[in-house]
Amino acid sequence: MKETLLLTKHMREFPENSHQIEIYEKNNGYSALKKVLKEGNPENVINEIKDSNIRGRGGAGFPTGVKWGFLAENEDRYLVINGDESEPGTFKDRILLERDPHQLIEGVIITCFASNIKKAFIYIRGEYAKPARRVQDAVQQAYEKGYLGNNILGTNFSLDVVVHLGAGAYICGEETALLNSLEGKRGEPRLKPPYFPAVMGLYNKPTLVNNVETISSVPWIIQNSGKEYSKLGVEGSTGTRIFSLSGHVNNPGNFEIEMGKSFGEFIDTFGKGIKNNKNVKAYIPGGASAPWFTGDQLDIKMTIDDVANAGSMLGSGAIVVMDEDTNLVYAAKSIVSFFAHESCGQCTPCREGTTWLEMILERIASGRGRLSDISLLIDICDNISPGLDWPPKMTTICPLGPSAVSPITSLLNNFSEEITNMLPTKIPITQ
Amino acid sequence: MSWEKELIDKANEIIEMYPQKRSALGPLLYLAQEKDGYISNDSIVEISNLVGITEVQVKSVASFYSMYKEEQTGKYLLSVCKSISCEINDSRSVIDSVKNFTGLENYETDTEKVFTFEEVECIGACGGAPAVQVNYETVEGLTSEKSVQMCEWLKEERPEIIVADELQEKFGGVKSFDWAIKDNTGTSYSVPGFQNIGTAKEKSQ
Repeated sequence: MKETLLLTKHMREFPENSHQIEIYEKNNGYSALKKVLKEGNPENVINEIKDSNIRGRGGAGFPTGVKWGFLAENEDRYLVINGDESEPGTFKDRILLERDPHQLIEGVIITCFASNIKKAFIYIRGEYAKPARRVQDAVQQAYEKGYLGNNILGTNFSLDVVVHLGAGAYICGEETALLNSLEGKRGEPRLKPPYFPAVMGLYNKPTLVNNVETISSVPWIIQNSGKEYSKLGVEGSTGTRIFSLSGHVNNPGNFEIEMGKSFGEFIDTFGKGIKNNKNVKAYIPGGASAPWFTGDQLDIKMTIDDVANAGSMLGSGAIVVMDEDTNLVYAAKSIVSFFAHESCGQCTPCREGTTWLEMILERIASGRGRLSDISLLIDICDNISPGLDWPPKMTTICPLGPSAVSPITSLLNNFSEEITNMLPTKIPITQ
Repeated sequence: MSWEKELIDKANEIIEMYPQKRSALGPLLYLAQEKDGYISNDSIVEISNLVGITEVQVKSVASFYSMYKEEQTGKYLLSVCKSISCEINDSRSVIDSVKNFTGLENYETDTEKVFTFEEVECIGACGGAPAVQVNYETVEGLTSEKSVQMCEWLKEERPEIIVADELQEKFGGVKSFDWAIKDNTGTSYSVPGFQNIGTAKEKSQ
């Protein structure tokens, strides 16, 4: 099993200065843009993206070409790059922003050309100060070289890019919350319908919202054709994907591979096995929102559909490995606390539910749990996500609430003894 | 204190970048935070005038986001991550050590205004768990000993600019990925050092 380097190739070849425009240009950078501008046919670009079958890399996995096809006609249209990477376990956009910002910017310009967009925003989470600086510097360089601004490379296509910093709110990764945030409002997800920002987005104008990794793939697709891209990976999960591997592995990191290999092989090959030769007790296949798999399920294939069929999601491509010594109640509590902290507060089931789930897990973890706590946990989860199914049903505007349910159902379905072992053996008189 | 002309000019420059004034609210709040170390009532008044919304609207937005502070922070904002990858890699011992050294509980600032301590959610450094940010500059692969050494160093040296690479070299361990590019830019206060808002500074080496 080997890496297939599309997005991380340039940064590997020129580790120390991959972020500089001269180096990027020398290594074929901005040639996809030149090709597109020379041909002058936006429709072709959209068709290449459709041919590539690339699906969004932010978490939902929506086909990018289809999304672009939805973009409604309007004089003002916007592109917003979602760089609010905050899903616990995920650090793949960080490497793309930090070490190859021009690849993203070239993708942004091509995308805007294809969709006749004249203003783009790159929204980066506030905690990514260093990556944001790199992107801002790169934008500056691109302006100076005539890749951005008025009449790009002598054509009549013009584009402005603004790098915008978030301020510490995970929920702004949800695209409509991100748009509200960019409008200078609280980062609360919008009620749907309208379902697609491509119809009604930023300032209620048609807006494409795409993930950093998705748009960073665009130059390669244009350079090599959508068909070539679609040959990589497997059907339904074409191309490469950068997986963030963390937890109890010997060699954590970002690894770019074609989708379709098994998690076990991936963890062994790139993670170099588990620390201290321990066994895997459980692992998270796609960020903290995703239900866990057990150590017996390492043969599941790393594709969007295989993971979905097995009852979880490939999500943001973040794999967190937990070894046999991990206290899974603490692990679940950490994830639930995360969602309780990040709940925007609009919907009662999520605002109240996540808070109560956190408090009950805290109580159990501190040894003061009650026998009735397990049914109480299930009851609250059921209020947030009726039926506890996967994919989750929702009583909320966005999937944040149901995400807090994932670790609890994972725990109760496969590791219920961990929770019952933490309950006091003597039943307290006051229940 | 109300804003000086220089700051108002800077704010208007930022407002210009957006199709609608209100979009500049976030960056303007960072300007306020950089000025005082928190979002002061005076800044709220200034910003509401600049952006053309009410003071309550400004406050409502400011209070939504965790990086805008309601109380003045210390010179160094210590944000220790406690999310899942850090949690299972013993971030609790780092949290305890930092709390112990500084004597601070979550969100507290010491009387000399050197440190503010906070436990935070995922900072995207999961491969380098446990991780910490100092003024939003990331240090990865810490241990409880190293985190104390880092605090001691900060307290003694009082560097004006926090540079991630410098802290990482001195106190860090395993990283999420190879940082590769040498970097001496950093942050001078509890605001992300970022050009648009004018806080990125270079450390002369």
